[in-house]
Amino acid sequence: MRIILDIALTHLRSRTRQTLVSLIGVTLGVGFSVATAAMLEGGQVDFERQIIDATPHIRITDEFREPQRQPVERRYEDGAVALRGLKPEEELRGIKNAHAALVRLRELPGAAVAPSLRGQVVIRHGGTDAGVNLVGTDPDAERLISDLAGDMREGRLEDLYTTANGLILGIGLARQIGARLGSSLQVTSPTGQSRLMKVVGIYRTGVTAINDGEAYNLLKTAQILQERPNVVNEIRIRLTDAFTARAIARRVEAMVGYKAESWQEANEDVLEIFFVRNIIMFTIVAGILVVAGFGIFNIISTITFEKARDIAILKSLGFEERDIRAIFLSEGLAIGVIGALLGWVLGYVLTRIVGSIPLEVDFYTEITQIPVLVSPTHYALAAAFALVSSGLASYLPARKAARQNPVDIIRGAA
Amino acid sequence: MSTAELLVRARGMTRILPGPVPVTLVHDIDLDVARGELISIIGPSGSGKSSLLYLLGLLDQPTSGEISLDGQPTTGLGSHALARLRLEKIGFVFQFHFLLQEFTALENVTLPMRKLGRLSPSAQEARAMDILDELGMANHAHRRPDQLSGGERQRVAIARSLANDPPMILADEPTGNLDSKNAANVFAIFSKLTEIHGKSVVVITHDQDLAALTERQIQTLDGRIVQDGAVSRLDKAPAG
Repeated sequence: MRIILDIALTHLRSRTRQTLVSLIGVTLGVGFSVATAAMLEGGQVDFERQIIDATPHIRITDEFREPQRQPVERRYEDGAVALRGLKPEEELRGIKNAHAALVRLRELPGAAVAPSLRGQVVIRHGGTDAGVNLVGTDPDAERLISDLAGDMREGRLEDLYTTANGLILGIGLARQIGARLGSSLQVTSPTGQSRLMKVVGIYRTGVTAINDGEAYNLLKTAQILQERPNVVNEIRIRLTDAFTARAIARRVEAMVGYKAESWQEANEDVLEIFFVRNIIMFTIVAGILVVAGFGIFNIISTITFEKARDIAILKSLGFEERDIRAIFLSEGLAIGVIGALLGWVLGYVLTRIVGSIPLEVDFYTEITQIPVLVSPTHYALAAAFALVSSGLASYLPARKAARQNPVDIIRGAA
Repeated sequence: MSTAELLVRARGMTRILPGPVPVTLVHDIDLDVARGELISIIGPSGSGKSSLLYLLGLLDQPTSGEISLDGQPTTGLGSHALARLRLEKIGFVFQFHFLLQEFTALENVTLPMRKLGRLSPSAQEARAMDILDELGMANHAHRRPDQLSGGERQRVAIARSLANDPPMILADEPTGNLDSKNAANVFAIFSKLTEIHGKSVVVITHDQDLAALTERQIQTLDGRIVQDGAVSRLDKAPAG
């Protein structure tokens, strides 16, 4: 095998410039593939982490996937006559038997559960109005299911207990209406109930939409403000393993009957964009490596043409077809292996450079630096693709070279 | 000739190149080569000399007929077995020396030994140096072919053909590109190989004087052997 490699490397050295061009092709392909994958998956993982940290993993609301069947439809299930113009039964909104549901949900392994009442309110401060999602919660339960306590930039979550009509605002919302810690705000619910509330805390999550549009107060206070005593319309669940949320949400929905939405389902659109983006980018990167493969095909074809006499010599000495094939295949693979190794270095350096660039973007989530993820899988995949590409690119000319009849070559040289 | 003395036995050997118009390169040749025999093949261009040599060297396969090498029939052998026989039992020398340009003389000579893999790297190198030394090329062992003269390159090619100590050397016009002095030197080496080392050497040449140095001359014409004997008995008919 050593002799095969010696001959292969000697051939490559004899075509230094072409070898270098092919090598650069593979190096760039692998390097950009690794760096692009690091950015793509880094962005996706960062997004998921921020969503997982800032939002409940499963959210049960007082809604149903399918519209509730009306009493008359239930009464005449197999009726042959369609009844039209029925007035739907008006039901009081909120999760029925929430307490019983909470007890059952708390039995789920690895799940923390918190009830809340979510409703739209208008907050007025200094002549500025803002429509806000007000979440009535219990701070002790909230601590179990979200990172709100850790996200507090000013004040503390527990201050909701100690301050009557206390309110915690997102940092974007506070800036929008010019509120600070201790500010008094007029909060008005859709039922017309209005109450003066005091800002006891300001939080900042990684999700811009939450920072700009959500406020928290005590559950009891929210129920009074919304005129819905003892009602909760939302149960939020946090799981030990957030990535099991989709499956558990299905179980929970079957258990309680209400719509249970996992964080993946809630962010389906964005996650689909990530998926499509990944396909597009990996297609481009694969294209780069295929082009690099053409470079390898070119050089190996040239070498087999130039070294036809060597092939005849080797065969006359007792080398077999498979030896000749191995020589030229080794040449392609050598370019692939060296290119992949250099590409790894290039990819790592690019990843580190890109990851250190400061950035201030508030899009869906807050980004302060381009998020990157260094994963051995990216390196392995890029190298594997480069090796397959270089192997295929060199196999065809190698096979052709190996099949050459030495007698024809010798006669041609004579 | 006893079986022990016989190295090559070819019977009814015919080689036809297929194609729209099939070409007969070698036709119904019977040939025996004894151990230690120095044979020259002479004949006009296109008379089948090289084709006969490639068939004897197992580089080509006869369309019909059979060849035995060192008592082993080669008809029906696969490419692996044929390559193994070439590696162990045959050494080739070509007109254009056919050395690997990027390798030194020493590396070219060790090439067949490395392929065979019977000797350690140091033993391979020692043997290659011995052969080069015997051919007066020890001082040029670390030179590449482009740093050697034509005669020197051919001596390296002969050294390489001896690397695995094969019983037979086949040389296809090895002196075609050499001046008369170097050509005579090459034939002197072949003589020495047969007389001292017991090798069988079959050499193609156009030079009647060089052919006269061999103990047996074979003349080919139109793919057939027309004379097989001493040079003095050869028909001196003009080539063509």
